[in-house]
Amino acid sequence: MKGSAIKYERDNIDTDVILPGPYLKIHDYNELAKHAMEGIDKDFHKKVKPGDFIVAGRNFGCGSSREHAPIALSYSGIKAVVAISFARIFYRNAVDGAFLLPIEVEEDAYKDISEGDQLDIETSKNEIRNLTKNKTYKMKPFPELIGKIISAGGLFNYKP
Amino acid sequence: MLLNITEKILARASGKNKVSPDDVVFANVDKVMMHDVSGPGVIAVFEKLKKTGMKIEKLWDPKKVWVAEDHFVPAADKISAQNVVLLTQFTKDYGISKHFKYGMGQYGICHTLSHEEAMVLPGEVYVGGDSHTNTTGALGAFAAGLGHTDVAYVLLNGKIWFKVPETLYFKLNGKLPDYAMAKDLILKIIGDIGTDGAAYKTMQFGGTGVSEMSVEERLTLTNMTTEAGAKSGIIEPDQKIRDYLAQRGAGNYNEIHGDANAQYAKVYEYEISELEPTVAKPFSPENVTAARELSSIPLDKAYIGSCTGAKLDDLRAAAKILKGRTVKIRTEILPAAISIFRKAMDEGLVKIFMDAGVMVGPPTCGACCGAHMGVLAKDEVCISTTNRNFPGRMGHVESQTYLASPLVAAASAVTGKITDPRDLK
Repeated sequence: MKGSAIKYERDNIDTDVILPGPYLKIHDYNELAKHAMEGIDKDFHKKVKPGDFIVAGRNFGCGSSREHAPIALSYSGIKAVVAISFARIFYRNAVDGAFLLPIEVEEDAYKDISEGDQLDIETSKNEIRNLTKNKTYKMKPFPELIGKIISAGGLFNYKP
Repeated sequence: MLLNITEKILARASGKNKVSPDDVVFANVDKVMMHDVSGPGVIAVFEKLKKTGMKIEKLWDPKKVWVAEDHFVPAADKISAQNVVLLTQFTKDYGISKHFKYGMGQYGICHTLSHEEAMVLPGEVYVGGDSHTNTTGALGAFAAGLGHTDVAYVLLNGKIWFKVPETLYFKLNGKLPDYAMAKDLILKIIGDIGTDGAAYKTMQFGGTGVSEMSVEERLTLTNMTTEAGAKSGIIEPDQKIRDYLAQRGAGNYNEIHGDANAQYAKVYEYEISELEPTVAKPFSPENVTAARELSSIPLDKAYIGSCTGAKLDDLRAAAKILKGRTVKIRTEILPAAISIFRKAMDEGLVKIFMDAGVMVGPPTCGACCGAHMGVLAKDEVCISTTNRNFPGRMGHVESQTYLASPLVAAASAVTGKITDPRDLK
């Protein structure tokens, strides 16, 4: 899975900035996409391209449980968020709703990836290749159940 | 093997004798809640599933589902009004009888109704389409927030997966002084462990500090476990909980208690008798400092509202400060449920607020999540009894929110600056 990195050098990117409160009343997924990341990056919807990845620090998606957050990112074209860690509800919303892949990496990888770097994420090998910098990083393997839900295409397609 | 209360509840709910942290279980759910934001979100998931050819005729058990209208009510605009219509049609179509309609009998913020109406009982597994579902763990239930897809899954299957959390045990010794509240304590704890300090874990509270605390104050502790990243917050039920629930007509339930000497991933001890009034500065609940350190911060507004800070005890605390005084800044007090509004009226609290010049309003999540009913302008500074102060949380992305107890918020309303209640003349 190839795409370029949109990088936010910060921890605790919360769901209020990923999709601000006033838009919670909206349930049209394409409409939500227009407001993705509006709390910290007004230009996000202009620069994001289908297949891009977000790269960020610790505790990505903390705060409100709003599924609008992974939905807005997903319908903006984001295929994965690469972060040092994720808040629990964002993580399970992303996986159970099959909106995007939450990929956990070590701090070194997070620091090494720059805005615009071309990345190739190979979950089968638990690897991220940085094609721009010609480097390879390890990703934390998905826990067993998470891997199965992702393979199934979301919780509703998964048969326990 | 010895189990703590959370492990015992999840073992019971997943039909096992024991579970250990990191085990993945499909737990049977006892109660599930959605509101006027997550409800339409769940309806959108249903629509998506139907488009893939899935036939949805009925829910797993409509008696175990309950609904509250609390975020964009009273209807903030046409879309919000339409969402309530959509939700109402859904509860009608699927036979959900426990729907707290805004402006009809009892209504208010979902987490407040969860305890005020005894919607959840000790020993149960309770999930809700809202991150502050953790609140209800103070009754001795496993209570965790979920997103729309997961709530939709519960509505149709009656169960959901959980990784059994490790438990952080907070042993609270002593008794809070009269100028500090559970809010000061939980802010202090979040300051110590950070906003991901309890990520994926359970925060359990115990000790004399908890047994001395009122039920509503305990609910403030569990409510804000969410802000430390916790999956759930929990407190073992005691006589105060039994009495609280009995007053609300609930008596038939099976309490679950942890084994004596059960294991915890980590134990924290707090001496709470000399706790300082504590405030979280913008833009994170972990950014805490003593209220006295902030006495030069001028404010535009004080807000006493939300599931965190507008229960009856919160209003009593605010009234203690506001009695015979007037506010110097715009101050809004919105009791978290209409039953609490009524009690506040019966006790004379509403009169105290109005005599002080305060706007007293109906229950809503509105301003807490920056949606409507009192959002902040650019550069405005607010002291608030709510739970989050992220950028833009309560309005403009360049507004600022300081999180505080109702005592500190009320004292600050009187002076116009952040004020430790001990320093009020």
